[in-house]
Amino acid sequence: MSIIDTSRAPTVPARKVEALKPALLLTQEHHMCPGCGEPLAVRQFLETIEELGVATRAIAVAGIGCYTSFSATMDVDLVQALHGRAPSVATGVKRMLPDALVFTLQGDGDMVNEGLQEVIHTAARGELVTCILLNNGVFGETGGHMTATSVLGQRTKNSLDGRDAAYHGYPILIGDLVAQLQGAAYVARGSVHNAGAVARTRKMFKRAFESQLRGEGFTFVEVLTMCPTGWFIPTADGPQYMHDTLGEVHIMGELKVDGRVRTTEELHTENVARQRELDDQLARGGLDR
Amino acid sequence: MEGSEALARAAIVAGCRFFAGYPMTPFTEVLEHFARLLPEVGGVCINAESELEAVGMAWGALATGARAATGSTGQGLSLMQESFSEITLAELPLVVFNMARGQQDYFQATRGGGHGDYRHLVLAPQDVREGVELVQLAFHLADKWRNPVLVYGDYLLAHTQEAVSIDELELPPLPSKDWAVDGSASASGASRAVTPLGVSKVGQRALGQEGKAQYVATKIPHMECEVRVEHGFCDDAETVVVAFGSPAKFVKYAVARLREAGHRVGYVRPVTLWPFPYETLAEVAAGASVRRVGSFELSAGQMVDDVRIGAAGQVPVTFIGGVSTDHSGFGVGRLLDVEAITARILALHTGSEFPIVPGYDETSFRPEEHQRR
Repeated sequence: MSIIDTSRAPTVPARKVEALKPALLLTQEHHMCPGCGEPLAVRQFLETIEELGVATRAIAVAGIGCYTSFSATMDVDLVQALHGRAPSVATGVKRMLPDALVFTLQGDGDMVNEGLQEVIHTAARGELVTCILLNNGVFGETGGHMTATSVLGQRTKNSLDGRDAAYHGYPILIGDLVAQLQGAAYVARGSVHNAGAVARTRKMFKRAFESQLRGEGFTFVEVLTMCPTGWFIPTADGPQYMHDTLGEVHIMGELKVDGRVRTTEELHTENVARQRELDDQLARGGLDR
Repeated sequence: MEGSEALARAAIVAGCRFFAGYPMTPFTEVLEHFARLLPEVGGVCINAESELEAVGMAWGALATGARAATGSTGQGLSLMQESFSEITLAELPLVVFNMARGQQDYFQATRGGGHGDYRHLVLAPQDVREGVELVQLAFHLADKWRNPVLVYGDYLLAHTQEAVSIDELELPPLPSKDWAVDGSASASGASRAVTPLGVSKVGQRALGQEGKAQYVATKIPHMECEVRVEHGFCDDAETVVVAFGSPAKFVKYAVARLREAGHRVGYVRPVTLWPFPYETLAEVAAGASVRRVGSFELSAGQMVDDVRIGAAGQVPVTFIGGVSTDHSGFGVGRLLDVEAITARILALHTGSEFPIVPGYDETSFRPEEHQRR
């Protein structure tokens, strides 16, 4: 590990935060709570759109949740949908503008609670849009209430003693559900709880958008995001809590690639192997390039 | 040509290129014709998984600047009300077809079942011929005001065969839709947002939630200039009957026959249900000869409220219609009959007892002991 030499002045000037924001953001300011994972996910898909050179045919369809505030700051033509209704609105946009890159931005409350049938039917139709789910397992905007993706044992304002299967039912693994549908071409579940996960998620966005532009079918990227406010935990504990709770149930990985659906067990095995490999590399003195 | 086909063809002549719907009697055939005809002109018709998605899909198509429509019966439109409210705030030019089961959706059409302050322009054709014109006008008015327009039809309009030609209506030009999204403004620093929320992109003027609501609310009185109404025999009439849509055509015929028989009766037919022709009603009710006004509707009496507002207490207003469908609840019932309507108008005119509608007796509510005061 390199140690920063503070005995002399730095050779490059300090950069302002502004210089680090994605080109497709109109301002570096956002309205999220400290420790929120959503800005990390938004950065990844905005930079991917830029990287693919398709910004001037990109159209976003926003659902209703905390992330809705990005509708004012993303420099992307945008249609605001009702809570849960973004996939049908995106369908109308795409059918009228087949050359556009059309994506929805939704949360778990929006997509999996209010509008579940929307995403299912849009996937089944093989609609050439990408649905992006920011999944934090909680209604963040209302202040921490249980959603359909909240995991068993998760404490929310309306599951005070933790989500109990006998009383509240089981979480819906939406990525796994969508992957089963014939119209879905690419389905992946990423996360933003550490740098490696962010890099993996970035690749997922790229593959999903490329698949949409090739006209292969419906594409879906779910991203697990931290919500320390809605989870009622210290801000800094967000990533670890997410890894240990949501991450143990909603397994990260590519759930469907080239028509092949992968099970939770397969993904889990793959993730464990990948982690062992990384641990080994670190033990040997650093990550292989 | 069947009414539903004529309506779909008129929409396509008006430039409609997107339709999404969910089958429901008696609207189903409108969807069928769009599904068949739209692909022929490069358009799209989607069989949506529910009315919720149908209106959402139309919303998306409208946001790109396309002319788009959805529809159902009143029952299906009940499901769409949340979107109707917000589409109005988003100022999208949606055209909605209601092939209603009777006229019991008057409140839904003119008051709306959704939240917030909004009005939809509502056009009620009396027959297929007028429907062809009003459908084209609907798309024009929707774009002119950036406000939804509803075409109120029924079983009869959708299923009657009439000889019509679908001639393009000459309408004044409208400004281009520079608000529509196509992705081209992305990454320009001036990207666009089509939204009901009053938000704008950073750096652009934003009305805010309250401002947006105020903006749309102050549009409403300006749209009132679109009022359309037809009336006849009112100059020396003692009794004036108000009716809309298909039943109005029956009422007009009944009134003409009663005139021939020497009865001084007249009619008013609102072509727009919103804006309602209050001024016409006020003038008619103020006529020197007019003694009474009747409202004939196939419902429990909904438009009669507007008729009373229009008459403004100058003469008594009586509801002379009633619930009337066939046994399925979809189609034409016993009251949509020239003889039945004539008898009711005559009863109102002569102050005699209203004729009993055969069969209605057994399905009428009678209060039980605990319900009597």
